[in-house]
Amino acid sequence: MTGAVAAVPARRRRRDGWLDAWAVVRANRQAMLGVGILGVFLAIAVVGPFLAGPIDKTAANRPMLPPSPEHLFGTDRSGRDLFLTNVWATRISLLVGVVASLLCMSIGATLGIAAGYLGSGWDSWIMRITDFFYVLPTLVLALVLAAIVGPSLVNVILVITITSWPATARIIRSQTLTVRERMFVERARASGAGSLRIMRRQVLPNVFGLVLANTTLTIASAIFLETTLSFLGVGPRDTYSWGRILEESFAAGALSLGMWAWFVPPGVAVVLVVLAFTLVGSAFDEILDPRLRRRGIAADDTEPDAVIVPSGADPETRGG
Amino acid sequence: MALLEVRDLAVEFTLGDGRVARAVDGISFDVDAGEAVGLVGESGCGKTTTALAITRLLPANGRIAGGSVRLAGEEISSMAEAELRQRRWTDVSIIFQGAMNALNPVRRVGEQVAEPVLLHEPGLSGSAAMARVSELFQLVGISPERAREYPHQFSGGMRQRVMIAMALACRPRLVIGDEPTTALDVMVQAQILELLERLRVELGLALILITHDLAVVAETCDRAVVMYAGQLAETGTVTGLNERPLHPYSVRLLGSVPDITGERRLPEGIPGQPPSPEAPVTGCRFHPRCDHAMAICVTDVPAIRSFGEDHAVACHAVTEAGRLRSPDELPVLASATQVAAAAADGAEVVTEPMPGGADGGGAGMAA
Repeated sequence: MTGAVAAVPARRRRRDGWLDAWAVVRANRQAMLGVGILGVFLAIAVVGPFLAGPIDKTAANRPMLPPSPEHLFGTDRSGRDLFLTNVWATRISLLVGVVASLLCMSIGATLGIAAGYLGSGWDSWIMRITDFFYVLPTLVLALVLAAIVGPSLVNVILVITITSWPATARIIRSQTLTVRERMFVERARASGAGSLRIMRRQVLPNVFGLVLANTTLTIASAIFLETTLSFLGVGPRDTYSWGRILEESFAAGALSLGMWAWFVPPGVAVVLVVLAFTLVGSAFDEILDPRLRRRGIAADDTEPDAVIVPSGADPETRGG
Repeated sequence: MALLEVRDLAVEFTLGDGRVARAVDGISFDVDAGEAVGLVGESGCGKTTTALAITRLLPANGRIAGGSVRLAGEEISSMAEAELRQRRWTDVSIIFQGAMNALNPVRRVGEQVAEPVLLHEPGLSGSAAMARVSELFQLVGISPERAREYPHQFSGGMRQRVMIAMALACRPRLVIGDEPTTALDVMVQAQILELLERLRVELGLALILITHDLAVVAETCDRAVVMYAGQLAETGTVTGLNERPLHPYSVRLLGSVPDITGERRLPEGIPGQPPSPEAPVTGCRFHPRCDHAMAICVTDVPAIRSFGEDHAVACHAVTEAGRLRSPDELPVLASATQVAAAAADGAEVVTEPMPGGADGGGAGMAA
């Protein structure tokens, strides 16, 4: 029966990994809340626009309507249905956040690991370049870029990426510095592995938890940044995002008119999504560290022969 | 021709302030195919550095300053990095000290054992590599199902077995065990040594065992190389060394192991501690701690002289006929009598301050 185990297909191994991860999320109430919120927003972003239909560009409705069963959030200055606009804005805001932070993480993680692992000359050069981008003021850069190439979705993503990756690179580099000194890196070198392979096979898995946890935080800040940029009017003019709805409500004086249904929904949406990503981010740390994973969670399918319960940590007696 | 020939190997480290420390100075020894050689000495006398130099894995501030390392007739010390990488693990592999740290905590052990296999046999499929892992696990006595577990799920002894499996992954001719049994309890130690011995015989491996434990050497090795402060003190067959140690350091090393069969006595220690390579001692490096120390020991480095087959020693107190004279026959220094007295009553001795003052001296060295 022994030899068969080695031939466990890769697919099953991967599925087990996902089941493990799900078990951790299930056991963590905060993570579950985060996943729940994200699930709702993701559903709205993916299928919402299909169900709700296109935003009425002809503005057939009367402008500035208060909320009603027909127009849940009322209408804006040009008579567009604000509920519909919010549904479409969810898609754009999430898209910008996810794409920008994925770009930012790939650049940041690659350069951070390279700088940390290769050290000396490489480290100095990469980190000086990082410092250069680090000190660029986000908003000024955004306004300049928008002036040069015109406001568009791609530009917003670009601006967010350019200004966010240096922070990631710095974090990943510092983690790499500690991993690099661990003995398994030397062991890998002893077995004939080159620098590229060590960075990919030894260092990356060890900093990956940080990369993912950081990604969720970067998504949150990217969405926040997108909202700010759109609010300042450098976002795309042909699509709606939460920031743009806020900007228009501000321009129309919705606050003084008491039209809360205009600016509260996008504001709440931003807060909820940012919160949800933060909650999920902390759970990721646990999912990716197999040592933390086993702690108190029955993710392992085999029953241990004996369980040693440290004094004071017995779940049965604690607090009883 | 021996499988591994080390000749006059010297390793230097450049320290932070630009000074150079010679950690290994003129070490020579051979390892024949299928032979087990023990590299013995106190902590900090250059054993691990020697091993790292053999595989050219010295840290960035270290370099081979002289001598040659030949593996199967090929010079390692001048080999191109790319070719060296090919040779690592297929010719020489290392069982690292402290198995927990040598395993990547976030990857399954099976993947880690398979990695060198995939690295050196690029055409191999993933499942073939995993089959090899199962084979290796069975060889070292781990049930193959455990390949999917993580290092933290293994006990210390089992982890060491994983390390051994990994060392054997590419079927090397020479395995270097860097204190493979430290931090393990005695029972597990015995099992691991037994395993190494069995594998050596079965697979015809040559083994270099780095240890400070003479019992381990006596049990598993054919020959031993005794190092002190980066230099060769004595080398010979294990039986030869046990029966007729010539260097006072070897004598004291043997004396510091409690004997369970003879009369009951306290093991003798070696007073003082090895000099730091940053502040080397003149003459014979052992002289501040030696009860045989003479005037010549302070000024002249003793030459390595051979006595009989496969027995060499570097000591001024050994006669041309190959006998270690006792302190009474020698014009020993005052410090030597002090050392002898201190060793006799087990008290701590304050050795004379080293030039440069890096070493305060004085910690009593029990076994």
